[in-house]
Amino acid sequence: MDGAIHTLQEYMLHTESITYILIVGALLGITFFWLFLSQRDDDEE
Amino acid sequence: MSDDAATTGKPLFTPFNVIAGIIVVLGLIVTVLRFTAGLDAVTNLSDYNPWGIWIGFDLLVGVALAAGGFVTSAAVYLFGMKKYHSAVRPAILTGFLGYALVVIALNYDVGRPWRLPYPFIIQQGTTSLLFEVAACVALYLTVLFVEFSPAAMEWLGLKRARKLVVRLTILLTIFGVVLSTLHQSSLGALFLIAPAKLHPLWYSPYIPVFFFISAIIAGLSMVIFESTLSHRFFADKMDEAHLKEKDTVALGFGKAASLVLAGYFIIKVIGISESNNWHLLPTNYGLWFLVELLGFIALPSFLYAVGVRDKNIKLIKWTAAWTVLGIAINRLNISLIAFNWHLPASERYFPHWMEIVITVFLVTLGILAFRFIVTRMPILYSHPDYEDH
Repeated sequence: MDGAIHTLQEYMLHTESITYILIVGALLGITFFWLFLSQRDDDEE
Repeated sequence: MSDDAATTGKPLFTPFNVIAGIIVVLGLIVTVLRFTAGLDAVTNLSDYNPWGIWIGFDLLVGVALAAGGFVTSAAVYLFGMKKYHSAVRPAILTGFLGYALVVIALNYDVGRPWRLPYPFIIQQGTTSLLFEVAACVALYLTVLFVEFSPAAMEWLGLKRARKLVVRLTILLTIFGVVLSTLHQSSLGALFLIAPAKLHPLWYSPYIPVFFFISAIIAGLSMVIFESTLSHRFFADKMDEAHLKEKDTVALGFGKAASLVLAGYFIIKVIGISESNNWHLLPTNYGLWFLVELLGFIALPSFLYAVGVRDKNIKLIKWTAAWTVLGIAINRLNISLIAFNWHLPASERYFPHWMEIVITVFLVTLGILAFRFIVTRMPILYSHPDYEDH
């Protein structure tokens, strides 16, 4: 494996793998961000 | 709050009036040149660069920043968030003036402006994105005019006509949301035809989605920004309800903008990943892209969140202005700066000074029209003779 991409299969595997990891990170991140954003809303109520 | 009391007794030659007057005179002179000598006399447009700042700024930025109308009316009338009601009329007015100026700018930009109605009456070209944009902008401008009209009717005392239009509020709001969703995204989709011309970091098959989501951010931020300016310059025109709700609007819209910006940041990063463009980030264009991504998307998202948590209205207002600037930079990046990026410097576009004069002229006309209307019509206060709708 020299890291070069030769086929569409390799390209898709490479980009989709990274994207999937990013999506999982994003879903976790947006959850924590939402908690950060609305944490003090409850205080008012 | 009475109309005439507000408009009389003020000196005519204020610094604002003098500067605006000079800009209007200059704008009129260049307008005559544009329509007598043609595009070549006043622009740097060419076959390589057929779209300049009249499209990049006046149209793309103008339409994005005018999104506050549909965002606010949807929040209030469709989602029932009545606590933001005082923001509806200023947002609708800003949207209406924004779209009106877009159409005026198009008359300057299109070589033969008298052919603008052709798509509707001569040849529809229904597979064309430009047709869809033209149809939506024309229809939405009409919708905004009707949505704005109750304020004008209250001013003119047309009670029966107002009653009729007010009954259409929900229908008009739905039209506004549908039409805005269509054309805000289609303006981005226009660039799908030019994958070789637009820099890969800005080009994406998802560009219509980017445009639509960033338009929502622009709309939310523009409502806060416009409200800040209105409170600065037209506080005497506001009634109790408007003064009381201004912080509620800033906090609510700031919170929404923060979350949408976070989502926008995520899909922009996923866009880089899907196109496998990571290697372009350490280039000059890549650094500029990162400035936009981190400085004008991630940063305002975080600042809005801090402002909302701490109830820091001042921070929210500054962040709104920063975000509006960021959206303007995004549209200019896509239409001008990162467009034709592979061309040699000698072939790149830079606006002629007369193009800039026309752009400043149109923005000034918008500000003057806004001032004329809010000093006379019930935009920032409720008319005592009519119930809110």
